Amino acid sequence: MTDRVPGFSTLAVHAGAQPDPTTGARATPIYQTTSFVFNDADHAASLFGLQAFGNIYTRIGNPTNAVLEERVAALEGGTAALAVASGHAAQVVVLQQLLRPGDEFIAARKLYGGSINQFTHAFKSFGWNVVWADTDDISSFERAVTPHTKAIFIESIANPSGSVTDIEAISAVARKAEVPLIVDNTLATPYLIRPIDHGADIVVHSLTKFLAGHGNSLGGIIVDAGTFDWSKNNKYPVLSEPRPEYHGIRIQETFGNFAFAIACRVLGLRDLGPALSPFNAFMILTGIETLPLRMQKHCENAKAIAEFLSGHPAVATVNYAGLSGDKYNNLARKYAPKGAGAVFTFSLKGGYDAGVHLVSNLKLFSHLANVGDTRSLVIHPASTTHSQLDDAQKTKAGAAPDVVRLSIGIEDKEDLIADLEQALTA
Amino acid sequence: MNHDSYPDDYIRAILNGVKSIAMVGASPVNVRPSYFAFKYLAQRGYDMIPINPGHVGKSLLGKPFVASLADIGRPIDMVDIFRNSSHIMPVVEEALKLAPLPKVIWMQLGARDDAAAERAEAAGLKVVMNRCPKIEYGRLSSEISWMGVNSRTLSSKRAPVPTQGMRLSLNRTSVGGGETAASDRAAKNRNEPS
Ligand SMILES: Cc1ncc(COP(=O)(O)O)c(C=O)c1O
Repeated sequence: MTDRVPGFSTLAVHAGAQPDPTTGARATPIYQTTSFVFNDADHAASLFGLQAFGNIYTRIGNPTNAVLEERVAALEGGTAALAVASGHAAQVVVLQQLLRPGDEFIAARKLYGGSINQFTHAFKSFGWNVVWADTDDISSFERAVTPHTKAIFIESIANPSGSVTDIEAISAVARKAEVPLIVDNTLATPYLIRPIDHGADIVVHSLTKFLAGHGNSLGGIIVDAGTFDWSKNNKYPVLSEPRPEYHGIRIQETFGNFAFAIACRVLGLRDLGPALSPFNAFMILTGIETLPLRMQKHCENAKAIAEFLSGHPAVATVNYAGLSGDKYNNLARKYAPKGAGAVFTFSLKGGYDAGVHLVSNLKLFSHLANVGDTRSLVIHPASTTHSQLDDAQKTKAGAAPDVVRLSIGIEDKEDLIADLEQALTA
Repeated sequence: MNHDSYPDDYIRAILNGVKSIAMVGASPVNVRPSYFAFKYLAQRGYDMIPINPGHVGKSLLGKPFVASLADIGRPIDMVDIFRNSSHIMPVVEEALKLAPLPKVIWMQLGARDDAAAERAEAAGLKVVMNRCPKIEYGRLSSEISWMGVNSRTLSSKRAPVPTQGMRLSLNRTSVGGGETAASDRAAKNRNEPS
């Protein structure tokens, strides 16, 4: 008998979850507890020494969170995952395993504004030096590689521009440089793009967005592809060398192809502390069950609205990779054939002022700083999410002053179009 | 057998079938992977025999160390080799002299010797390379899911509450190697000299 590979929707509902052994509860229970009793002293010691599988304390692991972790690992095609408190927490935990003070990592300029801030300011204070590169010019990644480079970080579909990244081309640069490729897959979700299939070694998410889908819970996750050999070249001592905090265990030797996820848990999460609340894990899991259905609707609506806007006399440009003729349409066809996501930008002929006017006249779209909600959302990135950047950085990040960002929800598209129409002519 | 990627049923049949396991290179040092695996497999009900000539006279979790496979003096089902790839062949040669023959040669995570595997398979033994039996048991029973690991199995059945020393059911639906194919491919590429 050969092993069957269940489809994505089956995994979205089932992976990681099983009836609760104690009660038979079929929905995943919320294990809202800080700690777990040990069977005896030896069991406690085995758990602390990483010798046994089990639960100790919710900062390190929790049974509700574990279901979420296995679910996302299965959907991404990874070996293991670690859920944390937010997308930003995922990024700091990942890089803490890879970089020492004085090291560098290369990041795409087209990133969520909050990530640009985190990399530029917070990470700088840890001595982790970001070197920017341009996803429209792959050679800029090659040129950025130095002996101090420890990782490359990109978004699969970039926020806010909605541009699709050539993951395979950048993965080739990472292979050559012998560093892991980290892909933030927040805007695509594994339903649209599975970065590991294209050469990513680590995938991170803000679960806050489409994966949860309902805009009610923050969360983040780190997925280990199990593809990177951490012991080669001695570049990643956290994974290859004996760990003093665990009496000399070598993480890769002991945990094999899910060593990175374990390091993030037993070193990163344990010591930095950004644990996900089990309640949020439950909310996010519930959202993931309908991810395939929601993403279909998000993408269908987004395409219809992008088409409507392209034909509108008040609109100057629409940047949606799902439109034929868009600069990123070929990449979208290759990487995201099921749809180019539901976050994109457009600019108005009336410039900045027309953008502000539009946002204030919309009645169904909510003006707020999030994406990937069931509700349709609108924001003016230049004055909000990307406001800390200078004008040149804003333009490079896809957030020029005249740009408006939409995150299209799963309402009826006719109602969304009518709202935009009335706001554009108001 | 394709040693780059094993079907779950192959591993499942081995772990469900064997009862006694001789662990060559078992270490008494409690942070070594062999110690972790030895302890876990003993707790899951396997009859474990530690083989390490350097520790004869002492015992590991109550099981006396034995100097070599030939010294066990009773039939064993599986030889689990915790040695580097370069030290595998002599152990396999020794295992193939046992009567009756063991049914399985298992080489630990990181260890692979294709020539030794061929010898064992030619003698009718099953071979697993570059895997950890503790991880595979934890994966197929989904016990390893506590660590956020993708068990690549699904089940809609209510499992019994696990107690210490209990054998766990490994008969969950397998999701297939396809879901972590990237990891298998990467391991294969590393093994092939370029
Ligand atoms: C692409 C992307 N990555 C990361 C984040 C940060 O996630 P969180 O807000 O959950 O920390 C966001 C949030 O907007 C995002 O859009």
